[in-house]
Amino acid sequence: MATTVFKKTPVLTDTIMHYCPGCGHGIVHRLVAEVLEELGVADKAIGVVPVGCAVFGYKYFNIDVMEAAHGRAPAVATGIKRVHPNNVVFTYQGDGDLASIGAAEIVHAAHRGEKITTIFINNAIYGMTGGQMAPTTLVGQKTTTSPYGRDKDHCGSPIRIAEMLATIEGSAYIERVAVNNTANIIKAKKAIKKAFETQIERKGFSLIEVLSNCPTNWGMSAVESMEWLEQNMIPYYPLGVKKEV
Amino acid sequence: MAKFTITINEDRCKGCGLCARACPKKIVALSKTKINSKGYRPAEITDIEECIGCASCARTCPDAVIEIVKN
Amino acid sequence: MAKKLMKGCEAVAEAAIQAGCRYFFGYPITPQNDIPEYMSARLPKVGGCFLQSESEVAAINMVYGAAGAGARVMTSSSSPGISLKMEGISYLAGAELPCVIVNMMRGGPGLGSIQASQGDYFQTTKGGGHGDYHVIALAPSSVQEAIDLMQDAFDLADLYRTPVMILADGIIGQMMEPVEFHNEQSSRAIPEKIWAAKGYNPNENRPRAVINSLYIENEELQELNDRLQGRYQIITETETRCELYNTEGAEVILCAYGTIARICKSAIALAAKEGIKVGLVRPITIWPFPTNEVRDTICGGSVKFALDVEVNAGQMLEDIKLAVNGEKPVHFLGRPGSFVPTADEILERIKVLRRA
Repeated sequence: MATTVFKKTPVLTDTIMHYCPGCGHGIVHRLVAEVLEELGVADKAIGVVPVGCAVFGYKYFNIDVMEAAHGRAPAVATGIKRVHPNNVVFTYQGDGDLASIGAAEIVHAAHRGEKITTIFINNAIYGMTGGQMAPTTLVGQKTTTSPYGRDKDHCGSPIRIAEMLATIEGSAYIERVAVNNTANIIKAKKAIKKAFETQIERKGFSLIEVLSNCPTNWGMSAVESMEWLEQNMIPYYPLGVKKEV
Repeated sequence: MAKFTITINEDRCKGCGLCARACPKKIVALSKTKINSKGYRPAEITDIEECIGCASCARTCPDAVIEIVKN
Repeated sequence: MAKKLMKGCEAVAEAAIQAGCRYFFGYPITPQNDIPEYMSARLPKVGGCFLQSESEVAAINMVYGAAGAGARVMTSSSSPGISLKMEGISYLAGAELPCVIVNMMRGGPGLGSIQASQGDYFQTTKGGGHGDYHVIALAPSSVQEAIDLMQDAFDLADLYRTPVMILADGIIGQMMEPVEFHNEQSSRAIPEKIWAAKGYNPNENRPRAVINSLYIENEELQELNDRLQGRYQIITETETRCELYNTEGAEVILCAYGTIARICKSAIALAAKEGIKVGLVRPITIWPFPTNEVRDTICGGSVKFALDVEVNAGQMLEDIKLAVNGEKPVHFLGRPGSFVPTADEILERIKVLRRA
């Protein structure tokens, strides 16, 4: 008898994603949707999507979704969670949204131990606006606003969000993962599942930082970008569990 | 009949090649002959008999275009 | 129900709770701190939630989240804090979400002062945030009226799916007055919030909730704007409110809103003693502006001129002049900052203008 080995989850809509070929966002969207399905909470899930490349997330997640202003997703999610404490509420944010303009909101959501989950995509660049420098851009990395390479003396070193939030009392589960190869994608899914379980068990705030790629703005092919991620991002942003209570 | 059937939704494929990179048996490749409605060369299976059903290609695909069935 | 003495801010907070508000997100700023303080004590006792946010910006976005989740929700602040909330208010308007925002105005611009002022009329009625939107803005002139308007504010927000602003000032917020709570349930039929995000089940007969203000295609954005403008038109036609006081046969019409309208009433009494017949037109909704009432009152046969009194450099003045359209002279008395005019000053100006 034929059995299905792999099939797109119905928690993703059939809409074709607008992401560039090979963009990790699509992979992470699918992982989140699969986890919601496997945990049986898709009908209780409310997603909050950011400003940035994932701004159209409401078209792809087949659940109730709210679109937030730039950086404010954790505050929006807080409002939702306080009204519906038994629902599963998550934010999906990029590095400009979360680590720059929304730094205050994410720190305080973690600090309150807000029982929400954040999926944080770190691809070291502003994708949607055309490849500008992000707080997570590596030293020496060229972007459209660091054309000579990021200068540490001029604009500081890239920020390690997972480590920073792990120091906060209210955070309950923090892990950094990557989507550069199949093994890491499988680990990323486990981490995302653990983060949602942490929320469902009301332990506190959970965040998964996902190292991802941006082939278009990094100026390389999808395959090259995954190799660049391995060689450049993982050494600076070490993978692993940063906090577990 | 091969052990596995792989269906690639060619119209949704963006030809990024991550599936080909992920396949341990090197039996996924971008088509040399087809171009889909979006102008991409879609992925195709070159030798289904070699497939071990690991689903690496499907797990890596950002657009969820690959479906795998064990026969 | 017996009258009791209550501070304006606390009365507003209690009235909100009685109107069904169960969620409050806010940040401390003088002179409205009594609102969050009151909410922090009362909301947990009625099954609600008070949360002190990390910033004004976070507060309004928590309001956005709670409103999108279907709750009756409110925030409050004072002028500089309201400026910070403007981005969120534009998003609330764009996403068609109901909520109530209280602004206990203080002096500006910048950090300004903590004394009462009316410098936020433009900000409230002419947008404030980006894009073509309005908020319904109610301007109480007493603590009692602030209480009475709270039920309306929440009902209007839900009926029209729009943010509603209560525009008061530090005087109303801080003074104590004898007040009465009527505990009346809303007489309006509020539709069920089927659009709210509560969790989506494809097997249930409810569409997936998408709370959003992004419409990347021109035609789609046009559709949103047409819908909003159509709604604003209905609000203007049906929800405009205005008080006319002593206007019959008046020779002079004073125009004022909020606290200042009460000082105008004192000036009217002083003028009457000197045989000068003065009336008052007081917008209760400053948006929608009662254009017709203001025009009809000021352009009436007996009226020689109008005098607009505000604690700013002349903001509502522009709407009055637009309404009157040059048919009668409209003068202005007011100072930016926090100098509140006295009844004597108003009478003195009326007398000077009569002689001129």
